[in-house]
Amino acid sequence: MLKITNLHAKVGDKAILKGLNLTVKPGEVHAIMGPNGSGKSTLSYVLAGRPGYTVTEGAAEYDGKDLLAMDPEIRAREGVFLAFQYPVEIPGVSNKYFLKAAYNSLRKHRGEPEMDAGAFLKFIKEKAKSVEMDPAFLNRSVNEGFSGGEKKRNEILQLATLEPKLAILDETDSGLDIDALKIVAEGVNKMRGPKRAFVVVTHYQRLLDYIVPDFVHVLSGGRIIKSGGKELALELEKKGYSWIEDSGSVPKAAA
Amino acid sequence: MANQDLKELAAKEYKYGFESDVEADQVPRGLTEDTVRLISAKKNEPKFMLEFRLKAYKHWLTMTEPTWAHVHYPKIDYQNVIYYSAPKPKKKLSSMDEVDPEIRATFDKLGIPLDEQKMLSNVAVDAVFDSVSVATTFRKTLAEAGVIFCSFSDAVKEHPDLLEKYLGSVVPYTDNFFAALNAAVFSDGSFCYIPKGVKCPMELSTYFRINAKDTGQFERTLIVAEDGASVSYLEGCTAPMRDENQLHAAVVELVAGADASIKYSTIQNWYPGDKNGKGGIYNFVTKRGKCAGARSKISWTQVETGSAITWKYPSCILVGDESVGEFYSVALANHYQQADTGTKMIHIGKNTKSTIISKGISAGHGQNTYRGQVKIAKSAVGARNYSQCDSLLLGDKCGAHTFPYIEVGNTSATLEHEASTSKIGEDQLFYLRQRGLSTEDAVGMIVNGFCKQVFAELPLEFAVEAHKLMNISLEGSVG
Repeated sequence: MLKITNLHAKVGDKAILKGLNLTVKPGEVHAIMGPNGSGKSTLSYVLAGRPGYTVTEGAAEYDGKDLLAMDPEIRAREGVFLAFQYPVEIPGVSNKYFLKAAYNSLRKHRGEPEMDAGAFLKFIKEKAKSVEMDPAFLNRSVNEGFSGGEKKRNEILQLATLEPKLAILDETDSGLDIDALKIVAEGVNKMRGPKRAFVVVTHYQRLLDYIVPDFVHVLSGGRIIKSGGKELALELEKKGYSWIEDSGSVPKAAA
Repeated sequence: MANQDLKELAAKEYKYGFESDVEADQVPRGLTEDTVRLISAKKNEPKFMLEFRLKAYKHWLTMTEPTWAHVHYPKIDYQNVIYYSAPKPKKKLSSMDEVDPEIRATFDKLGIPLDEQKMLSNVAVDAVFDSVSVATTFRKTLAEAGVIFCSFSDAVKEHPDLLEKYLGSVVPYTDNFFAALNAAVFSDGSFCYIPKGVKCPMELSTYFRINAKDTGQFERTLIVAEDGASVSYLEGCTAPMRDENQLHAAVVELVAGADASIKYSTIQNWYPGDKNGKGGIYNFVTKRGKCAGARSKISWTQVETGSAITWKYPSCILVGDESVGEFYSVALANHYQQADTGTKMIHIGKNTKSTIISKGISAGHGQNTYRGQVKIAKSAVGARNYSQCDSLLLGDKCGAHTFPYIEVGNTSATLEHEASTSKIGEDQLFYLRQRGLSTEDAVGMIVNGFCKQVFAELPLEFAVEAHKLMNISLEGSVG
């Protein structure tokens, strides 16, 4: 589904990703872990196509297509979803209006008829229930005045609504208390299936207790320096990132 | 693909820019006392009208064009304007069916059918084409309720007593340069009179269309709501695309008696000029309402997306105790448009209250200025004002400016002023695009969200219209 080869990317003049390789197959959940500044968020943004994040070398193939050649909205319509670390507020735009516009842009792209307001309202209320969100949030402005946990839950509602093929969760656990974390993880777990892949970016192992990954990768200095199964996350938790960075198995990132 | 879409969108032009082929009866170019007399004669006006015009003309000669507004344009040659242009033949219409088919087609094309059966069932329309009103719908239905809604010309003939009483009572001809010019040469407009205690049974609206080349449009609207009466009025405007600038200098006067309310909404979509700033309407308008009676209310809502230059400050004079003035505004300046707009709230009566919500959007090389005055007179015990001015910038070549003037003559007054300026966020755009929206749709969504408080004040059908208009007007503003 996703094949990243020798990816180099910079933000402004600063090189962040320096030769990253990763292959994700349908149905798999990959966790990307790493210390602050290792390039985790950059990877998320590069995959979603954020302006200002420039790929200087390498390739990313998605569903047999050149992912990096697509505009961000085309990637979204093709089934790439990014759950944001810091979801953005859009004052004056109701959540349900926004969700409907997003949902219909995807349908239109697939050549399906757009869903009308009445049918969508019924549909979105069901979705809200599935992520334990009060339907009152559908009438509020997108993320405006939402608490950190509510914003993250809103991301999961969008995930459940848009049903992407490839979902990238960028630090979805940050700023969540344990109850909110459980709800968010449950929402994600419900979405797991043989056709959908997840890339879960996280600093802490905690999230992976609830979203159990098939693979864990350690990102450091803009490259994946170690890959393993879910036990790797536990080991990292115990020994810290310096354990791998100091182990000498891979060249240390240039300072 | 998306880039292609953007280019196509950016290439889209002003959709009301067509010209109608209608033979016109015009007065010679330029302005002299004879022009004023000729206009009055053409309209068979009573003596008081001619006197009003001549006094205004003489006063205008002593005035100079104001220069304080934050707008720049080449000097206007007032002798090179045609001050009166009426479609021929100008015979008295006995029914809608007699409206010139070409003019009828023009309004159909604008989405304003003059056929009562085809119209929005609850809106009466007065259609003004160049200098004269060509049709007013639903006059009979309204007359049954006691409401007078007709062209200004008809009002001069049929209700001279009312006109003599109210004309110039809120905006005297001495008020300002453009108001004086209008008073001298105005040719038509709408007149509404809602008698005591009557709630107007339908929305009233006037649709202004400038067609003829090199003409100015100088219309005058007068709305009077007697004690306990209420009315909701809407105006819309469009003009053909031309390379030359055209002058529009209107005057609107509102009078509200005790417990009366007037809601006045505008969707101003005059031709804004092309994307290089060529052509477009110069819109110099004086709008003012007087809350004459106790507990009266005047509410202005405006959506200003057109014109090359907008100079407009719909205001309220709050004379009656506990009277209320409101101003809700969205002004967009895209390409090379310049807008200097705002309001004046003059508090005179006790416990008077005013609210100002202004949303300015600047894009391209557009310059948007909010200019507002809140004045609390010594007599206005317990007056309150709340002002909120928000500016949104799209791109880095446009500008937003705010000039609030506050004058307080009574210490018991309460004033609040909030202002913000923000750039449309890259992060907001990316967030929406990541959910599948095109850049244009994303910008439209963010801007419409920004305008929500104002759009919410518009009558429903027009709120939808305003939404669409905003999206069209923003096309090509990002890319």
